[in-house]
Amino acid sequence: MSAKREKRSKRTLAAEIAGTLVALLFFGVPAYFVLINSMKTSTEAARLELGWPNSFEFLANYGEVITANDGRLLLAFFNSAVITVFTILLLIIVCSMAAFVLARRQGMAKHLNYLVLVGLMIPPAIVPTIWVLQGLGLFKTFPGIIFLETALRFSFACILYRAFVATIPKELDEAALIDGCGPLRLFFQIIFPLLKPVTSTIIVLSSIQVYNDFENMLYFFPGSENATVQLTLYNYTGLFGTSYNLLFANVILICIPMLILFIFFNKRIVSGMTAGAVKG
Amino acid sequence: MNANNNRMYSYYFLLPAGIIYFVFFLFPTLMSFFYSMTWWTLTDWEFIGFENFITFFESPSLRIGFRNTLFFAGTAVTGKVILGLLIAVFLTSKIRNKDMLRSIVFFPVLISAIAVGATFGVLMHPTDGIINNGLNLIGLPSVDWLGNPNLAIFSVAFTDIWRGVGIATVIFIAGIMAIPGDYKEALKIDGGNTFQEFRHIILPLSRPAMNTVIILALIDGLRNFDLVWAMTGGGPGFSSDVLASIIYKQYASGFYGLATAGNVILFFFVACIAFPVFKFINRKEVDL
Amino acid sequence: MKTFSWVSVSSALLLSVGLIGCSGGESSSSDGGSGGGDEPVELEFLVADSVNTRGLEAVAEAAEEELNISVTFDIRPGGPEGENVVKTRLATGEIADMMIYNAGALLETINPTRNFVDLSEEPYMDKMMENYKETVSFGDGVYGVPSQSSNVGGWLYNKTIYEELGLEIPETWDELMENMQAVKDAGYTAAVGAFDEISRTQIPVLADYYNVQKLAPDFAEEYTAGDAKFADTPAALRSFEKAYELGPGGNDFYNEDFNATTHEQGMAMLATGEAAHFANLSNVLPTIEDNHPKQVENIGIFPQPADGEHEPGFTVWMPNAILISQSSENKEAAKKWVEFYMSDEGQRIFAENFDSIGPYVVEGVEIPDDAYAAVKQMQPYFDEGRTAPALEFVSPIKGANLPQILSEVGGGFMSPEEGAEMYDQDAERQAQQLGIEDW
Repeated sequence: MSAKREKRSKRTLAAEIAGTLVALLFFGVPAYFVLINSMKTSTEAARLELGWPNSFEFLANYGEVITANDGRLLLAFFNSAVITVFTILLLIIVCSMAAFVLARRQGMAKHLNYLVLVGLMIPPAIVPTIWVLQGLGLFKTFPGIIFLETALRFSFACILYRAFVATIPKELDEAALIDGCGPLRLFFQIIFPLLKPVTSTIIVLSSIQVYNDFENMLYFFPGSENATVQLTLYNYTGLFGTSYNLLFANVILICIPMLILFIFFNKRIVSGMTAGAVKG
Repeated sequence: MNANNNRMYSYYFLLPAGIIYFVFFLFPTLMSFFYSMTWWTLTDWEFIGFENFITFFESPSLRIGFRNTLFFAGTAVTGKVILGLLIAVFLTSKIRNKDMLRSIVFFPVLISAIAVGATFGVLMHPTDGIINNGLNLIGLPSVDWLGNPNLAIFSVAFTDIWRGVGIATVIFIAGIMAIPGDYKEALKIDGGNTFQEFRHIILPLSRPAMNTVIILALIDGLRNFDLVWAMTGGGPGFSSDVLASIIYKQYASGFYGLATAGNVILFFFVACIAFPVFKFINRKEVDL
Repeated sequence: MKTFSWVSVSSALLLSVGLIGCSGGESSSSDGGSGGGDEPVELEFLVADSVNTRGLEAVAEAAEEELNISVTFDIRPGGPEGENVVKTRLATGEIADMMIYNAGALLETINPTRNFVDLSEEPYMDKMMENYKETVSFGDGVYGVPSQSSNVGGWLYNKTIYEELGLEIPETWDELMENMQAVKDAGYTAAVGAFDEISRTQIPVLADYYNVQKLAPDFAEEYTAGDAKFADTPAALRSFEKAYELGPGGNDFYNEDFNATTHEQGMAMLATGEAAHFANLSNVLPTIEDNHPKQVENIGIFPQPADGEHEPGFTVWMPNAILISQSSENKEAAKKWVEFYMSDEGQRIFAENFDSIGPYVVEGVEIPDDAYAAVKQMQPYFDEGRTAPALEFVSPIKGANLPQILSEVGGGFMSPEEGAEMYDQDAERQAQQLGIEDW
């Protein structure tokens, strides 16, 4: 028995090492490429090679990126953070509620699901959307871009929520009904806490979508004071020459907040499980 | 009982999301459908009926575009579902450094298409690229990943899987984590092994996650073009054009009515594929 | 406990937002109407990412002291994407106070008489060179001033290789081909192909326009009207043939892997003496200098020659125009700013801080002594009048797929005749979209 267990643990270890190596090879090498080139001189980085830099320009490159255009990057961080945080808060509340009803109801709700899917299929119509925003007096404002981003991320979050609401047994709702719960209490006190793993997942994935959105920010949130992080990449690309070292330094800098967010919520996904498992 | 149930699932819950979705997305989209039948400069328009649709179907690379779109979406869905599930199973098993590994797998999701395109352009370089160097090392010939018209779309699809598998993995992890622990316990007591756990517990019970990944990856694959644009620009020539990149080129040329018509066509194309798939996988969900 | 941690997350996020906000959020909005005298005015200036703003920034700094008018630059993407940004903002009335946009036919597509301020009464009008003024004049108005020096299309070449092999600047296409063959025989790359940056595939055709307009003087007019096409005009078809002859379909002068070579790598090949020729625009010179400061003086330029019918001349990309938006609330301030920019002092500050990539189109502005060697080589052609504006400045018809078509032609996958025909069809779609009948 113990020999068997030892054999198994050896096999697990081998699998673990193999898996780690493969992951490092496939995902680590490109990451290393971006990182190492962000520390080279522009001449060296223009060659786009994997090699070690001849001289480390870490401070010079990252310093230049942070201070470029009177600290435009910091302003962009601020703007992107405001938009991302409030979009996600709004998104989590409205999508979980909608998905709960869409998953539980029969009949008409089934057809509404197709309407939700439509949001994934068509890109936003730029000029008509601007007209709507202007008509509401929301163009170039934080509320405007937050509502818009919520509308554009709605389908993705709603579909995820819907799938996971389906895993929560309906008996729970019925028990709550017998206990005299109203719909609001049922949802916010019983269902929503059970959705924590998927909520964490949606926070991570939707934050990235909003934070990394460049096209919509470009059209729907224009102006120099409205810079967002992805637009700062445009300082370093152009038809006539790309400064890869600065571009990559900028790429690294702007993905740090999301990486931290991911590491933090990644743990939530796990801890949600234990809570759910006990109840299930 | 049913009537009672529906009282618990009040349609008012749909209102906040519904209003935002309608006002900021559906309404402007419907408005744009009108412009698909116009000659449109953004400031002026003139009604021309279905002429844009006819012109769109005459686009030079349209057939290649349809073929590539289907190939790209098919490859992306298959790759993301299989790899995403395998990586998720691996990363939810009892390994030590899973937090670090999860971050590494997820990292590509965080970086912009420009950086991904530049990176893989280098890795896939025909003579200096590390991929070909690796192939040569084990005695295989070099491949012109992005320069060979027959291969370019495949190479972009591969890169898309690389970039997007992190999303699939995270969704699968959430799905696997939602599986109640007692099932696994029960199987262990019965003496089941890892493969049986995968076959009889993880696979069937992570169905909701799998359905979500399939539908999201499918629609994304049919519509996505930012990597195509960043890596090949639709080239060499037109060999890696997808429908969305054809539309984008028209849009970029200022053909706004034509590009809108293209979007309407793309929408119907995607809907014709995605709606039946959605219906099919959700029926399975109920059967379970 | 769980609830607590969720609250702490959101408050931590909000806190960090607040902290960043303190350091970054200083944007005061400008609402001063006239901008007269002492009241400070802030102007927004929309420029493409490909614009080298060093010269403009220096002028802006001086202008702020002089006029109390400050300028913030709003960076947009370049290329077609950027054109759409501009069109969208114009259509929705949300354009910046000032902007930079292409002169010529492309400017015509965004309705200058309606969208921009007429500058024809301004004092500096006479200083603008006539052939530039034509590209920014519509109806009775003149709507823009040059935002920089001119930009020239031709063949950049490596002087060291030319000296080593004893080559001379070619006067005819055949001589160019002979030079390239000599370079190839000597073991260097004859011509850089950097098709990864797909817009570069167009240069052998676009920079050949000087020759086209010499041989077929009415081509632009007839082309716009739909009476002449690339495929049935021998002089224009010849441009496609030249693009074909360079690649593997013809003499195979490109580097191996030209499909995967990036623009940066291509410039490096030319600068370091790995390759002898690169068909390009002179506005790449600053980038070459950034990456290869020692070698940039070693790079020369000559025009793409014809088949001996006439002396070679340069195809010139006119500088983009600085425009003032009609919908701006600070029109007077913007006019003052442009006046300062066009003054002798303004232009001197500009030329000192800008890397001139070609001769200037404002009278009295000389290319500085420290200008690139290649730029100095262009001056005689300008003095002798051996220049012509590129086709896109004289005809609004430019199909969207020219880069892709020329990557097929240059790569040897498509014959020049097929390419020209395909491009004519492509341009037909453009003509339809522009509402030009009979194309």
